[in-house]
Parts: sequence; structure tokens; C-alpha cells
Amino acid sequence: MPKLTYRDASIAAIRQSMQEDSTVWCVGEDLGRGGVFGQYKGLREEFGEARISDAPISEAAIMGAAFGAAMTGARPVVEMRFSDFALCATDELVNQIAKARFMFGGQSRAPMVVRKPMGLWRSSAAQHSQSLESWYAHIPGLVVACPGTPQDNYSMLKAAIACDDPVVYLEHKGIWDNEGDVNFDEPYEFGKARIRTEGSDVTIVSWSNTANLAVEAAEKLSREGIGAEVIDLRSLWPWDKEAVLGSVAKTGHLVVAHEAVAVGGFGAEVVATVAEQAGHQLKGPVRRLGAPRSLVPYAPNLEDMLRVTTDMIVAAAKDTLEKGK
Amino acid sequence: MTTAGHNFERGRSLLQMMERIRAFEEQACLAAERDKLVLGAIHPSIGQEAVAAGIMHNLEKEDILLSTHRGHGHTLAKGASSLAMMRELLGREGGCCGGKGGSMHIADFDVGMLGANGVVGANITIAAGAAHAIKLAGDKRIVVDIFGDGAINRGPFLEGINWAVVFKLPILFVCEDNQYSATTRTTTMTAGDGAAARAASLGMRSTTVDGNNVELVADTMAEIAARLRAGGAPEFLHAKTYRRTGHTSFDPAGYRPAGEPEEEEKRNDPIARQRAVLQEAGMTLADMDQLHEDAQNEMIDVLKQAADTPFPATETAFEDVQDIGSPAVEAY
Ligand SMILES: Cc1ncc(C[n+]2csc(CCOP(=O)(O)OP(=O)(O)O)c2C)c(N)n1
Ligand SMILES: [Mg+2]
Repeated sequence: MPKLTYRDASIAAIRQSMQEDSTVWCVGEDLGRGGVFGQYKGLREEFGEARISDAPISEAAIMGAAFGAAMTGARPVVEMRFSDFALCATDELVNQIAKARFMFGGQSRAPMVVRKPMGLWRSSAAQHSQSLESWYAHIPGLVVACPGTPQDNYSMLKAAIACDDPVVYLEHKGIWDNEGDVNFDEPYEFGKARIRTEGSDVTIVSWSNTANLAVEAAEKLSREGIGAEVIDLRSLWPWDKEAVLGSVAKTGHLVVAHEAVAVGGFGAEVVATVAEQAGHQLKGPVRRLGAPRSLVPYAPNLEDMLRVTTDMIVAAAKDTLEKGK
Repeated sequence: MTTAGHNFERGRSLLQMMERIRAFEEQACLAAERDKLVLGAIHPSIGQEAVAAGIMHNLEKEDILLSTHRGHGHTLAKGASSLAMMRELLGREGGCCGGKGGSMHIADFDVGMLGANGVVGANITIAAGAAHAIKLAGDKRIVVDIFGDGAINRGPFLEGINWAVVFKLPILFVCEDNQYSATTRTTTMTAGDGAAARAASLGMRSTTVDGNNVELVADTMAEIAARLRAGGAPEFLHAKTYRRTGHTSFDPAGYRPAGEPEEEEKRNDPIARQRAVLQEAGMTLADMDQLHEDAQNEMIDVLKQAADTPFPATETAFEDVQDIGSPAVEAY
């Protein structure tokens, strides 16, 4: 199995998809030089300008044109460069793309992937650091993907390109260089979580880069004799309720951790579902970790105040176990 | 002895401002690359200083400026403190924005600088609104809004310019055209005859200048400012220049034709060009070198002081979010 970075895994997924399907079309600013994070490196050379297209700084046009193309036979991969800039194309995504199939009575599909790198990244401050995955989970019509590992950035991107629904594809821009084994034959089905670590004492639900921190937290906990089960949801819509409910039935303790603001975050949806469907199985209070409802500051020490850390996840797990005694 | 007709004092002060901007950004780049004291991206305007110096020379402190991610020069020339700016770049206490914004969000409302912007083109409609408020209040201030050549392909360009014309607002839109947008040569992604032609098509008076000729930029701006202050219609200035560095200080910019930045530096450096003008006008090389050295010393000192300044108090991370329901109570 090859070892690939999170970045290179995505390139491999696009390359294979483009080789298999001549309608796949990548479009976004600076793609001809490999994209801002190098996540298109080498593709221009292989597939040419027409299929790896540069775009003007026109997010609304990129999103709108890709949508028009998607309804007319193309399978676009749209690059928004930072998830924050995708907000310049919110009408196109939310009012148009997400709704077209339904409004038009099922006549159209928008088979497209919108890549929006998100998350904290090296003092990028308030307009280049946001995690807005819960917004998209709230919009009927959209699939929401949050890969956290190289394997998933390969399998999920391939599945997203093959998918006939519009997929909001949120890579985490802090982990482009993370390396891991990638099995090109591993399929992915939206709505299937990955159990990253097995355990029977406490369930930790997470996604994106925070799932990697949760795995570290589980390692720390296991050194203290606590078995944490880490569930990486991978996609938020659809999301794997069965995996979460099954794990909570076993452990009776739930911690949900994500980088986005805790208030109104997708963690709330997970917790509410568990409360409704498995509240009687809980043996301790649910713990929910997310950023304070503040904006991302530039100074590194201030930025750190907004971070959910491995130690915070460890402490939350111990806390629910302690209170459940 | 000075050449007849040349405003020697102005010329000297334009050179001085360009030297200060250059020195500030050279130190900022060192702080980023050599010292790793600047963590976020910085977008230098090295080689573009004439636009900032020439335009701001004609603004009063009360006039309003909005700028971009590449805005150090504009901000400094508008009168912001170099120390507060450097502290902001280093994310320190006493930075223009308390260390919360960084290079891309520098603002100094005390000198009418309403913010750099991390979102390309976003400032265009906001600037129109600032001019609208001035018109509503009936006061005499004017607004200058600066954006790059890449920004003219975003929707707010059309919407903001149309707005300003329709409401006849006291604003100058400046396209600071450095020929690149990130790694893309802007002309490859831009239809038609460019920024000025687009503005002109909406009935806006549009002027194109050599943006590396600081005297010309200052002359042109003096005329535009006079017209705006006299109640004239909004205007557009297309200032042609060249981005000598990469997009950010981290970008080696290998996508440019070989030799292009070197050629530009040799042929078209705004500071060298102004030195030639001033030499012709009678300024001694020693006097010019002194301006250079003073600027260097100021910014070396500013970087030292900024590096010695503590980081902001951590509780400020939760201040100034909003009045009602601030995160101090809402945070988990
Ligand atoms: C809406 C939006 N899209 C994309 C970006 C990413 N980006 C930052 S600067 C830049 C290039 C801007 O080019 P230009 O307007 O010419 O300004 P310059 O950088 O040359 O000063 C891009 C694409 C952004 N900040 N905002
Ligand atoms: Mg430019």
C-alpha cells in the first residue's frame, strides 16, 4: 500500500476519476499552477487546460457556471480555495445548486463537488480559518464530507466525484502534509463512519482533523486503562447514527469534539440524537467540545484559546466517566 | 537649486514615504522568513510604493481609505504608526488591531483607514457605503478605495461602481494593477480592455497612470481630489505597476517568466525613478541616502520594539465579539 499525504491522496483520487470519466472538469483560481495548496499538482500537465481550468477571481461565476455545466453533462470539481471565499457564492450553492433537483420536480441533477478547505491554519485570522460544516449540514440537498485522513481523502473524494448529488467537500487545510497508507481499492459509502479506535468505556465522536486529535486522546486514555472508542463520522450528511448509537449502547458515555464553534455546531445534532434515542443508556453527562463562540484571532496565543486540544478531549472523557460513577 | 516648476518639498516627501514603506516591508519580510516572528501570510507591495505615496499625499487625515490584503503601504502612507503596524504583524499587544487581525486586516480608524481586507473585492461596496454616509452627512471628506487587478472580476466591482455613480458619491476607486493575481497573470483571465474601460462603461471618469511614477500619481490624484472635494462625480484611477515579490512572502513565484522581476526592478523601480527626478531637481545624493538610512533605521528599530512587546492578554480572545451574548458567558 502506498504512503501518501492527505494532499497527494486527493490528487490521486482526481487523477483516477478523470481517467475513468471524461466529463470530470476541475475549475478554480490558480489551478494551472497546482492550486493554492498544491492539491492539483501535475494534473494540468496530464489533462490539459480545458479540464484543469484556471478561473478569474469570480467565486459566484465559478460556482454558478459549474452548476450550469453539471446540469448539462459535465461533472465539475469546483475549487473554492478557502472555505471562507465560498461565502461569495452562497446564493449559487444554497439557493440554486442545493434546490434545483427538488424545485424542478426531479428533472435535473447537480453532480458536482465543491472543495472548500477549512479550519485553523497558521495564524490565518478571522477570514481564512472558519469551520462552517454545520451550515451545510443544515441545507437539504447537499451532501457534506469532512475527511480527516489520507485514506479518506482518497476514497471520499472519489466517491464524491462519482456521486450524483452536490457534495460540499471540506478538507482540513492544516493537514495537507499528513501521511498515511492509502488503499486505492478501499471503497467509501457516504454515511458510513470509521471506527478509528475501539474501546468500551467511552465513545468519542468527531470528524475532520479533530478526529485525529481524538485518536491521540484515546491513546493517552488507554495508557490510564480507559478504553475510548473513536468514531470518525467522515460525512456529516448523511451521518452514521447507527455507529454512534451502537457505541453508546456499549459505553454509556459520549464525548463529541469538533473544531467549529460549539454553539449550533454539528455536535449538537449528534448529542440531541443520542439524547432522544439512547438517553436511557447514558451513564454520565454528555460532553461537547468545540470553539468558544468567538472569532479566530491572529496572534498565536489568542488563536490557541479557540482550539480543541487532545488534552481537552482526554479531560472531557474522564469527566463524563467520573460523573457517571 | 531646484528645477523650475518642480515642487521640491513634495517630491522629497514622496521619496521619503516610499523609502519608509519599502523599509517597513523589508523588515516585515525578514520578520517572516528569517525570524519566524510573523506567522500568517504577508503580501508585500515592494515595487508598488508610488501608488500609496502619491495618492495618500493628497488625502487629509479625516479622509477615508479602504485597502486590500496588500495594504501595508497604503496604511503607512495614510498616517498609521509603523510601530503599531509592526506589532500587528507580529500579533502583539498594542498592534493596530490588538494582534487580532494581522497583516491582512490592518485598520487604523484614527487615521481614516477602515481596513485591509482578506476577501478580494469585498471592500468595493463597503467603500461606496462610506462615501454614501459622507454624502448623507453633507461633510467634505472623500473616500479612496484601493483594490487589485484581480478584484475587477468579482461581482462587487460592478455593484459598487454602479452604486457610486448612481448616488454620485465622493469616492475614488483605484485599481492598483500589479499584473498578477496570486499565481495567475491577470490578463489571461480578464476580458475586454481592463479596469478603466469597465469603469468608463458605467459613465465614470477614468484615468490611467504609470503607477511607478510617483510624481505623476501625485499630480493626478491632486486633480481628482480637488474635483471630488468640489462635489464632483466619483472617479476611477487605473495605476499600472508590477508585483516584484511572490504573492506572499513565502511564494517563490516560479511561474513568472525568467528575468521579469529583475528587469522591472532595473527599469522601473519607483524609488530609483524618483531619486533620478530629485537629483535632476537639485537634491544631493547624500540627502537622498539620508532619507533611505533614516527609513531603514526607523523600521529596524520598530521591528526590534515589536519583537520585545508581549503577546496580547489571552482573555482578549473573547473581547469585542459583540455587546450582547458575548462568548465570555456563552463559551463552553
Ligand atoms: C473572494 C476571494 N477569492 C480569492 C481570494 C484569494 N486571493 C487572495 S489575494 C488573491 C489575488 C488577488 O489579486 P489582485 O486583486 O490583483 O491583488 P494583488 O494580490 O495582486 O495585490 C487571491 C486570489 C480571496 N482572498 N478572496
Ligand atoms: Mg494584482
